[in-house]
Amino acid sequence: MNAPRNLVEVRDLKMHFPIYGGFLRRQVGAVKAVDGVSFNIIEGETLGIVGESGCGKSTCGRAVLRLYEATAGSITIDGTDIATLSAEELRKRRPMMQMVFQDPQASLNPRMTVAGIIGEPLDEHTDWSKKKKLERIYELMDAVGLNRDFANRYPHAFSGGQRQRIGIARALALNPKFIVCDEPIAALDVSIQAQVVNLLEELQEQFGLTYMFISHDLSMVRHIADRVAVMYLGVIVELAPVQALYDKPLHPYTEALLSAVPEPDPAMARKDRIVLQGDVPSPSNPPVGCNFCTRCSKVMDICKVEKPPLREIEPGHFSACHLLNDRPTVGQTSGTQTTSTQ
Amino acid sequence: MPDGAAPVLEVTDLKTVFRTRGGEVHAVNSVSFELRPGELLGVVGESGSGKSVTMMSLLGLLPMPPAEVRNGKVMLGDRDLLTIDAESLRNIRGSEVGFVFQDPMTSLNPVFNVGFQIMEPLRAHMGLSKSQARDRAVELLELVGIPDARRRLKDYPHQFSGGMRQRVMIAIALACDPKVLIADEPTTALDVTIQAQILELVKELRQKLGMAIIWITHDLGVIAGIADRVMVMYGGQIVEQGPVREVFANPAHPYTRALLQTMPKLHGTRDTKLRVIEGQPPMLGRHPVSCPFEDRCPHAFDRCGKENPQRRPIGDGHDVACHWDHKGALA
Repeated sequence: MNAPRNLVEVRDLKMHFPIYGGFLRRQVGAVKAVDGVSFNIIEGETLGIVGESGCGKSTCGRAVLRLYEATAGSITIDGTDIATLSAEELRKRRPMMQMVFQDPQASLNPRMTVAGIIGEPLDEHTDWSKKKKLERIYELMDAVGLNRDFANRYPHAFSGGQRQRIGIARALALNPKFIVCDEPIAALDVSIQAQVVNLLEELQEQFGLTYMFISHDLSMVRHIADRVAVMYLGVIVELAPVQALYDKPLHPYTEALLSAVPEPDPAMARKDRIVLQGDVPSPSNPPVGCNFCTRCSKVMDICKVEKPPLREIEPGHFSACHLLNDRPTVGQTSGTQTTSTQ
Repeated sequence: MPDGAAPVLEVTDLKTVFRTRGGEVHAVNSVSFELRPGELLGVVGESGSGKSVTMMSLLGLLPMPPAEVRNGKVMLGDRDLLTIDAESLRNIRGSEVGFVFQDPMTSLNPVFNVGFQIMEPLRAHMGLSKSQARDRAVELLELVGIPDARRRLKDYPHQFSGGMRQRVMIAIALACDPKVLIADEPTTALDVTIQAQILELVKELRQKLGMAIIWITHDLGVIAGIADRVMVMYGGQIVEQGPVREVFANPAHPYTRALLQTMPKLHGTRDTKLRVIEGQPPMLGRHPVSCPFEDRCPHAFDRCGKENPQRRPIGDGHDVACHWDHKGALA
């Protein structure tokens, strides 16, 4: 058994979108969608990224695949720094990293047949014969549970869950190692969500895939992820193995987020629910100090002045909060996260 | 809530059909339910189960054609909303029955400030003067927890966040002290922490104002937290109905049972695999002769394919539309 190795290493990733204004349309500011996040994804695991809308989780996922040109930071996938590759080099690397998008309606071309959609990556990246490609398409359709007879139909003829299967088949076409799933089940009904999540898990086992699973559904992330990163306003506030994060959250935001999830059990109506006041501040003008200081119930003076660093408080459990200042950093070096723990 | 009290709203045998080029779609099939004073009735179901269409049929909010309310009675007090004239129905909407829609961005008018939009029903239905209406609007915004209310009347919808917009929507719906508030997925478009705020607000408003609420959602967690009674819809029909604790503790319909099992939990042990409901929801293309859940049901037998089950009481105000005896299966 090999020691677990990091397939993806992200260091201090920043993604700022410029805001232009004024008479000369000069840059007057920036939306700091992702503002310095670092994490590793171990080969074969699922890293869940959770947070509210606007926290930068999707932007982070896209920047990791370099669908955006990151403002700063390095992204190493399977030993190659993706952030600095030339366009041609990057294209060669594309087959190993793929994405499943949120809205299966919008991410499938309505004028292409299912075979065309699933086969497009093959057209782009292989010089296979038509027959070989078709074989592969059928193979993929079997793998995601689509009937082969439907290969020549168009996306509109499929239901939401089936369309998501088409999207997954396309992502699998080139035998990727790493897949970013950006809210793959958010647009689906509850009974269909479970089908798609089970499929993703089966495929992970079968092909040894590594997932970055972005979602706002905390219960579903608890089910699918091995480790979870909680984002708030462009930064990771807590990152921990799934069990530790849900049972013993260290950051007040994680605590509030978990407490806000309605539980399908009337007998468990929790009276000690933490209801956060106010809204998420604008990412173009984040608060000084800790990003969460405007809504935190345990806010202290230092929180409004100094940004708390993400530190390893318990083995594998990182949190960025001044409340934990009296607890020493464990692990090797502080600052960057080393995920030798599992 | 007292069981004996006369219902505020009583719906009997409601049937709504859409005529399309591909034929008729039976969106609501013989739906009957009642809403008692002061209670919060949760309606759950997946997309296409007919929950929104049912509520919109009640108030004549569906475009007709293609929609057609073919049958039924909707009694609000002693008036049948399906037979009264358009003018009277218009007076009832917004005054006696308030409506909160899913998406607060598309349901507020972007070119009018929110003050105008809150004052509109007050002036139309209650005949208030401009300054009276303005005072009432400020009161309402304060009631739904919008700080600095008087100044914010002049703001436009885009100047509010999603949660704040939904509060404005609630304020509009509450403007004329409705007896019934129908909320159609009011928190679905919101983040969980904002959803928690709105749920707290609704609990608070219920205590203060005491109106009856119909709350449509697909989130069983939300229902568990706020509803007194729950109605589960599938394929345009009510498949199960009962007090919320009873239904969650002893779900009788195979669909409800499966729905509760497919949801991953936030606490307790983590399942290795999620339970799934195989197959797809029904297409509703024809008038149902069989049980709509038949082809996905693990307990289906001959009778399910031949006869659409009627709702039958199973005690404690709980009823279910299913031929299968869930009690026998538990043993």
